Amino acid sequence: MKEHIDNEMNLEFISKSSNESFARITIAAFAAQLDPTIEELADIKTAVSEAVTNCIIHAYENRIGIVKMSAKLKENEVIIEISDHGKGIENIEMAKEPLYTTKPNLERSGMGFTIMESFMDNVEIESVVGLGTKITMSKKIKKEDEEEKNVEEMDLLQKIN
Amino acid sequence: MEIRFYEKDKLLVFKISEEIDDYSVQKMRRSADYEIERYMPKKVIFDFDSVTFMDSAGIGFIIGRYKFANMLGAKLEVTNLTPSVQKIFDMSGILKLIPVTDLQESALR
Repeated sequence: MKEHIDNEMNLEFISKSSNESFARITIAAFAAQLDPTIEELADIKTAVSEAVTNCIIHAYENRIGIVKMSAKLKENEVIIEISDHGKGIENIEMAKEPLYTTKPNLERSGMGFTIMESFMDNVEIESVVGLGTKITMSKKIKKEDEEEKNVEEMDLLQKIN
Repeated sequence: MEIRFYEKDKLLVFKISEEIDDYSVQKMRRSADYEIERYMPKKVIFDFDSVTFMDSAGIGFIIGRYKFANMLGAKLEVTNLTPSVQKIFDMSGILKLIPVTDLQESALR
């Protein structure tokens, strides 16, 4: 049985697009404490990359502002909050529509929220026009079934012998 | 991004090795469009074999290059999609538009 880790982190950085990789590498290093699979980790990194990109190109529209990222580990769940004090989202339902984008000229695909919602278990969007946006998203890291793992190991051992 | 042009087949291959996000596509976009215009290929292939990360910026990037290549009379295909790249492309539906091809570059040389 693995012990439960409860942990918390806070990070602030300015809205430069070179910080997108910084944010997702940081969250990956933090979430790694829950022992996720490579795929789970990739999902979390991608969702964070989408949320941070939104802050940079939509909330601040390439002006300099502060992006905050905080994360908590509770039992086997990672809970991530990404917020900005940018322009806010006028119509959240529309923003969530796949392929909807306000910036087609920047070759944006409009898939950001769709990806966040399908890669994470839960995504909440709070936004006030003129004040900013806060995204809260969480994902449970599935514990590998110990018994299943033992059976696999036995199979492997038999093959080797 | 590594660039190779095969004169005989008028084939331009971009092998992407960077993580694909909103930051990296800004440079890749300029570079890809420049090379497509310079070589005027019949076919453009983006190779994702070395891509370790891609978010939705990759969708916009490929659709943008697809349109640009088409405008100049070239076809566009993608190859060696890693599972995480495939997952993002599947979600967007662009693979209905853009063929996934097998690329054996050694056979071209």
